[in-house]
Amino acid sequence: MYNKITNDDIKRLCEIVGDENVITGQDISPDYSHDELGTIESKPDCVVKVENTQQISKIMALAWERVIPVTVRGSGTGLVGAAVPVCGGILLETTKMNKIIELDTNNLTVTVEPGVLLMELAAFVEENDFMYPPDPGEKSATIGGNISTNAGGMRAVKYGVTRDYVRALTVVMPNGEVLKLGGKVAKNSSGYSLKDLVVGSEGTLCIITEAVLDIIPLPKHSVSLLVPFVDMKSAIEAVPKIFRSKVTPTAIEYMSRDTILFAEDYLGKKFPDKKNDAYILLTFDGNTETQVDEDMNTVAELCLEIGAVDVYIVDTEERKKSVWSARGAFLEAIKASTTEMDECDVVVPVNKIDEFINFTHDLAKRMGVRIPSFGHAGDGNLHVYICKDELSDTEWEKILTDCFDEMYKKAEELGGLVSGEHGIGFAKKDYLKKQLGDTPIEIMQGIKKVFDAKNILNPGKVCF
Amino acid sequence: MNILVCIKQVPGSTKVEVDPVTGVLKRDGVQSKMNPYDLYALETALNLTEKYGGSVEVITMGPPQAKAVITEAICMGVKCGTVLSDRRFAGADVLATAYTLSQGIKKTGDFDLIICGKQTTDGDTAQVGAEVAEFLNLPNVANVVSVNDVTKDKIFISISQDDCVVEAAVKFPCLISVDGDINTPRLPSYKVRKNVTDDMIKFLSLDDFGDQNVKNYGLSGSATQVERIFPPEKNTEKCTIEGNSEQQAEQLYDLIRRIKLV
Repeated sequence: MYNKITNDDIKRLCEIVGDENVITGQDISPDYSHDELGTIESKPDCVVKVENTQQISKIMALAWERVIPVTVRGSGTGLVGAAVPVCGGILLETTKMNKIIELDTNNLTVTVEPGVLLMELAAFVEENDFMYPPDPGEKSATIGGNISTNAGGMRAVKYGVTRDYVRALTVVMPNGEVLKLGGKVAKNSSGYSLKDLVVGSEGTLCIITEAVLDIIPLPKHSVSLLVPFVDMKSAIEAVPKIFRSKVTPTAIEYMSRDTILFAEDYLGKKFPDKKNDAYILLTFDGNTETQVDEDMNTVAELCLEIGAVDVYIVDTEERKKSVWSARGAFLEAIKASTTEMDECDVVVPVNKIDEFINFTHDLAKRMGVRIPSFGHAGDGNLHVYICKDELSDTEWEKILTDCFDEMYKKAEELGGLVSGEHGIGFAKKDYLKKQLGDTPIEIMQGIKKVFDAKNILNPGKVCF
Repeated sequence: MNILVCIKQVPGSTKVEVDPVTGVLKRDGVQSKMNPYDLYALETALNLTEKYGGSVEVITMGPPQAKAVITEAICMGVKCGTVLSDRRFAGADVLATAYTLSQGIKKTGDFDLIICGKQTTDGDTAQVGAEVAEFLNLPNVANVVSVNDVTKDKIFISISQDDCVVEAAVKFPCLISVDGDINTPRLPSYKVRKNVTDDMIKFLSLDDFGDQNVKNYGLSGSATQVERIFPPEKNTEKCTIEGNSEQQAEQLYDLIRRIKLV
């Protein structure tokens, strides 16, 4: 159904972006065949490094005319294979589009190209006394990738997720047409919100080439609390009670002692406390020290009342680093602790987290497999990892499928959804189909067809 | 084993401005914190008493608000602390600071071991520990990277030198200055903070000292004359390494070798 790339196509691509930006054959690094998790592999026929909207527009016009599949890739930090070119064709890499175009301090927006890294954006706005609130754990992800998965992150409890901060997008349609969606406006009731549809569409509808993002004044103070509990049940049960106290923490993460030990091994650095089995890590931010202290004290008192072993104050740069650097390394640490792993990024109602985690513990025992987890206790988004360890390939495949089936079924039973922030990509589409049923999937497929009648953009993903 | 740890309150951020006219650090409105290097000294002390018994106290010199770092140390597990606070101590250089601390320590009690951090993040001289030891006539070791054992009358330590690690045994009482990053300092406990009472924090002034000669303290007791204080030049040079993995690794290695990181 798709045409193979010919020498003539390569020649035309070279004319658009220059020879040095087109990689073919043996010169294509194996890295382009997989993403961060590496569970899905497929090699592109050619990698094209793009530098601007016009180039992308011309490439898409060519791909449209020739019916060649195109997959967009940022820094390849995804976990569900969304940027893996499962049908081959052109892999369009956006990392050279890494300019921060404008900081608008009147409208409180920052305009960026899609290849800007999250850590670069965060540092840039902070230098200017602003904050870009979404804070996904993978700081070397590109903003284009963050928008494409509607990435969430740790500050979602108070500030929401990426979609809440995208005001406008410049996109290239699969046929090469350039569109501007949304605008530098605070309100918008002008028809269907195509911009919001593109956010989270995992590169299947169009290619994001510029984004106008909301920023907020940088909160002047922030303090974290590390709260140890005797077990995970008591730790997680504290979360709804914290919400009821009417204090809104910026982040509420949960972590178990096991995961902390993996991070210690991985980083070669000791965590400040690991005497207890379960911890929640909270952050509070605000513009005055008094307000932040008040919030912190309310929650600290509450935690002690409901049985926390202690409440540790994480108030200086050094202390924040010692705690948050471990939290930031959990994924890599678990990955380093095993031979192979796969992940489940379900989101459940906040008051059901405990039930879900207990379920994974029981499941681990039943299946005879290790299932460590960590995640966002404040928004119900869990990161659960099934580790292969010493299992044979056959055992592993069977156990993995069984575990996933049971976990997604349990999440659904609890009113949860397949993915909180990592997306569906290639790896989770069967589970999405199973949960949503025919009609929603058909609507999604219909939308995809309207954007991309030839199905050349990131085919085989999300709903197909 | 009775241990005393010397601590200091320093600006909470590295973004402290220097007044271009007076050359003095603008501390107004800037949050403060315990000198990060002192946290390693505190953790070393607390580990030792957990293992070998005894108790830890802290001492600091500064304005009355330096009480905050004593409270913080108590929240981390020390028993009590002393603030040496007197307007006549103001303007002290390394020498006068070390002398003031030594007078305060004499007044505070008898200790088997005094532990200092490597240096402070504001003064950065890394000399106070050694000078305090000199004034107290104690053996002193700097650059301590680990405490390996403790017996009734000795402490066994490893000292980092430029090209080797020296192992040494030092007789009590003595003073050691520990390097940064040798442990992960514990976090202060909110639960303990609720129970900190005023009697855990003692204030001493010049009037409490054995040597009350005002000329030995503060600006008049300082041997150093500061001509000018200015912020260091900032270098934000960036470079991008391109090529395949091997080329990138080679370029990176050349770069870190050129700037003498290896």
